[in-house]
Amino acid sequence: MSPAIEINNLSVVLAGQKILDDITVDLSQGHIIGLLGPSGAGKTTLIRTLVGRQRITSGSVRILGQPAGSAALRSEIGYMTQSVSVYPDLTVRENVRYFAAMGGQARHDADRLVKQVELSGHANQLVSKLSGGQRSRVSLAVALLGSPKILMLDEPTVGVDPVLRQQLWAMFTELAGQGTTLLISSHVMDEAGRCQDLLLVRDGRLLAYDTPDGLCRRTGTKTVEQSFIKLVEARP
Amino acid sequence: MSPRKILATAARVLRQLRHDRRTIALILLVPSVLLVILKYAFQAEPQTFSRLAPMILGIFPLVIMFIVTSIATLRERTSGTLDRLMSMPISKLDFVFGYALAFALLALLQAGFVCLVTLGFLKVTVLGGTAPVLVSAVLAAFLGTSLGLFVSAFATSEFQAVQFMPALIFPQLLTCGLFVARDHMARPLQWFADIMPLTYSVDAMKQVTSQALWSGTLTRDLLVVLGFAAVALLLGSVTIRRQE
Repeated sequence: MSPAIEINNLSVVLAGQKILDDITVDLSQGHIIGLLGPSGAGKTTLIRTLVGRQRITSGSVRILGQPAGSAALRSEIGYMTQSVSVYPDLTVRENVRYFAAMGGQARHDADRLVKQVELSGHANQLVSKLSGGQRSRVSLAVALLGSPKILMLDEPTVGVDPVLRQQLWAMFTELAGQGTTLLISSHVMDEAGRCQDLLLVRDGRLLAYDTPDGLCRRTGTKTVEQSFIKLVEARP
Repeated sequence: MSPRKILATAARVLRQLRHDRRTIALILLVPSVLLVILKYAFQAEPQTFSRLAPMILGIFPLVIMFIVTSIATLRERTSGTLDRLMSMPISKLDFVFGYALAFALLALLQAGFVCLVTLGFLKVTVLGGTAPVLVSAVLAAFLGTSLGLFVSAFATSEFQAVQFMPALIFPQLLTCGLFVARDHMARPLQWFADIMPLTYSVDAMKQVTSQALWSGTLTRDLLVVLGFAAVALLLGSVTIRRQE
């Protein structure tokens, strides 16, 4: 199968600073890809570039064969930003229905997703009255609208309780089983085991791209966190 | 551009306001309360009040809608919601016209209410009748909305956004003919007033007050206001970027 996302020598410079530094990698379709790295590593910028919101300084990004940012991709990519980008002064249902209308989806799709992220009981509550974890689930519901082929989720499980986190990962796995490619960023390494592939980034550079097992084997460690440290130490 | 998405956006903006009753109350009541104060401030000179009140009907809605819109769209730019919308299959105009439509409706309510108070309760008489006053007031409010949407692109914080009001609107207020007849001002200020939209909004109100029939000047004034509003809206959509 051809890769869902092809990144070639990608660099992004913002205000004279290299945020992404010569990244080259192909990401497989239907996989859950964990984008791991400390905060400030460039994870958000990478996601924004793939979504087409961030201009590329040099190199190229192709998604489903099209250059990142092309209009045709807008209905193929679901994007959950790191900040809870929904309206705090609207209810859960009003938010999801609005974005559904903008994406050309029906109201019942919106209502189904509210249920899917376990927010039916809060559908008529203002987002401003919800907890942090609930808010990010509203944001997740919006990203899932229209069953996009590619999902870019920027730290989707922050502040979510363990039980629900389990459910969210089960949902991600199910989506991947249906052929959706998920790129999920996290600064918590313990979620790495749930991903099929891992992208380890630090200071805008790609440290490694491997499966969790492959990574541990290659570095002779037991956990992804340990391999991360090994890889950083191995660098000049 | 899709009418469905424009309507969805307008409905969403109005829904947000519906959850914020205090803002609605302020938008509706503030201009009217100010006019009542003005009426009693000019207790000894009722003619002066009658002359000023219609002009102020062309100013207050503009100022208030300017502030409300610039903050609303600034929040949209900084909270990430605009980011999200721009990654979706929509046109920038769906967003801009949606806002314009929602606030135009609000402007209609506001202008209607303040006209009711001014012409009904405060007994200000205008030779031209109620309808042209209302049209002029709504257009003024719409101009405020468009300018607010445009300038929000140049603010990175709410502190900056609220200061655009005195920075951009006050100079127009001082030179629009409310305080001094325009031909009494220094030459450069006359030129300045000639190219500023508020001048035409206030001039339209003057026309309505003093002319019984709809004059050619009134048409010109209102077209200039509408033109400024349209240009500001289009410029506003240019300031929204797909890519940063």
